[in-house]
Amino acid sequence: MSDKDLLSKDKNIEEMVLESPQGDKIPEDYQLVYEKPTTLTDTRFHYCPGCGHSTVHKLLGEVFQELDIQENTIGVAPVGCSVFAYDYLDIDMQEAAHGRATAVATGIKRMLPDKYVFTYQGDGDLAAIGTAETIHTINRGEAILIVFINNAVYGMTSGQMAPTTLPGMKTTTSPYGRDISLVGSPMKMCELIAPLPGAFYVTRQSVHTAGNVRKTKKALINGFKYQKYRKGTSFVEIISNCPSNWKMTPLQSNKFIETDMLEYYPLGDVKVPSREEIKELDAKEGNK
Amino acid sequence: MENKEDIRLMKGNEAFAEAGIQAGCDAYFGYPITPQSEVLEYLSREVPKRSGVVLQAESEVAAINMIYGAAGAGARVMTSSSSPGISLMQEGLSYIAAAELPCLLLNINRGGPGLGTIQPSQGDYFQATKGGGHGDYYLIVLAPSSVQEMADFVFLGFELADKYRNPVMMLSDGAIGQMMEKVIFRKRDVKKIKKPWATTGKTKDRARNIITSLFIKPEKMEEVNNKLKEKYEEINKNEVRYQEILTEDAEYLLVAYGLSARISHKTVELAREQGYKVGLLRPITLYPFPSKRIYELSQNLKGAMTLEMNSGQMVEDVRLAVEGKIPVHYYGRMGGIIPSPDEALEQLEIFIKQNN
Ligand SMILES: Cc1ncc(C[n+]2csc(CCOP(=O)(O)OP(=O)(O)O)c2C)c(N)n1
Ligand code: SF4
Ligand SMILES: [Mg+2]
Repeated sequence: MSDKDLLSKDKNIEEMVLESPQGDKIPEDYQLVYEKPTTLTDTRFHYCPGCGHSTVHKLLGEVFQELDIQENTIGVAPVGCSVFAYDYLDIDMQEAAHGRATAVATGIKRMLPDKYVFTYQGDGDLAAIGTAETIHTINRGEAILIVFINNAVYGMTSGQMAPTTLPGMKTTTSPYGRDISLVGSPMKMCELIAPLPGAFYVTRQSVHTAGNVRKTKKALINGFKYQKYRKGTSFVEIISNCPSNWKMTPLQSNKFIETDMLEYYPLGDVKVPSREEIKELDAKEGNK
Repeated sequence: MENKEDIRLMKGNEAFAEAGIQAGCDAYFGYPITPQSEVLEYLSREVPKRSGVVLQAESEVAAINMIYGAAGAGARVMTSSSSPGISLMQEGLSYIAAAELPCLLLNINRGGPGLGTIQPSQGDYFQATKGGGHGDYYLIVLAPSSVQEMADFVFLGFELADKYRNPVMMLSDGAIGQMMEKVIFRKRDVKKIKKPWATTGKTKDRARNIITSLFIKPEKMEEVNNKLKEKYEEINKNEVRYQEILTEDAEYLLVAYGLSARISHKTVELAREQGYKVGLLRPITLYPFPSKRIYELSQNLKGAMTLEMNSGQMVEDVRLAVEGKIPVHYYGRMGGIIPSPDEALEQLEIFIKQNN
């Protein structure tokens, strides 16, 4: 999705409501196995086919619905392919300047400490132009959730090198492959921020297989739930694909995650509160 | 004694901070820079004893974006900085203006460009009054010329910000920020209006609220531009403020704001003693600029002179205002040097003699 595509993408965005061939009625011999979360709008996603952003949006919708927090959640959209997140998530949202999402979220959370606040940011947004805000927000332990979509490129501006681009990986601004002797190594943000005392929950997940999607959902649920303890920041990195700029089919891009991305960015929890700690915090919450 | 007046001796920066608390400011986000650090220091000391949020951000960039978030959540918020820091805030201000978020900011102008000097200056006039950041927008700009006004304009500033959903800047300088004067805090009824557009959580009875400055379709962007343009026209119609001193019979007009206006006031007195019919117009709002009034006055004037602590910025607006009817002279000092009333008089006399 380039800037240019974005311009044309929503010519008739309001009209582009998906219609089921059956209409609203479900025939009696059908069994309902999946429904679109009620917390997503009917606006069609503008993301490229197979893009991880779509999957994570859907998960967020499910989490809002399952935790019943639609009325109490405020999101912050970044500058990046997900700049229009507020078109799809049916919650109050603010659109931040490039890299400033966590500063904006700090302003919101300080004013509305009882609400659930999250940012949704790409790797350019969070780990390049917004590095200072990212680190300081977490260092202050703002009780927000940071959803970090690591797709190893600048998606929106058509595939330039990101701070997370793999060594040797070709992008439009590293046409001969990322040369780490010249531009440094890709940044492992989870490992970088986990030592900060303000980081409460730090995990790296991915959305390239059904099983990983389920795990990512669990992590997002934790990230929202933990906000009520006011113990620090939750940071959920999600390894995601950008088939368009990786010049791959969606399937190939999922394979690339498995074979290349996960080798550099191992999945799993980097920092988690212990069961005992959670029990104690829950007990405290219950006593309130 | 119930109605005893609250009179204090304070620095301009402290008066701004105290007025912020009294005006019901919910949050202040800022970053230290001379000569305005007293604001953050005062609030860090006082806010915990009273109510509200004060947070030292990691940079002015972060501070202005915290302002964006908090203002978008419906809160009454303010920040302050000095020239280099205000430059860093310009991107955020452009977003705030586009998203129409009310907030108050103070620029304690110091000498520049670059890191410059920490001494007082009016070098940020263009930046303050012509938008400052990218895109088509204006701030409402108030120019206090005393410590009392450093307090009073906080109340006015919040009111205007809410009324027009527009950022308001108080453009002051290192001298007014640092000097101590008597300041009276009147008991006031602080009004806070409802902000149904704020992102406070989408309740069932309304559609979701979105704070954004992104309007990707040109037609939509132009619609927003037109809406902003209409708002600025409204502001120009309703909110022009200025002070006039001895303008009734004046043949020459000094135009100056803030600290320069105080100096010019003295120059007017000295000139009158010499027999020159000189008056002073002090713009209180730099945006909207009192162009109409200056034009009216120009009908009976032989000339006008601006006194500025910059290389001649406001003089452009005065020249535009008089539409070529009278000559407009500029005199100023820079680099943090404050012109004296006598040297301004000397320049005025030269101008008058050349003009006659
Ligand atoms: C101040 C500023 N600089 C640059 C840009 C251009 N820009 C828009 S999105 C983007 C990078 C986005 O990449 P990423 O954050 O990884 O998000 P993705 O699109 O990959 O999800 C850039 C550089 C901008 N909008 N603002
Ligand atoms: S595939 Fe890449 S370019 Fe397309 S929407 Fe997703 S992140 Fe953006
Ligand atoms: Mg990216």
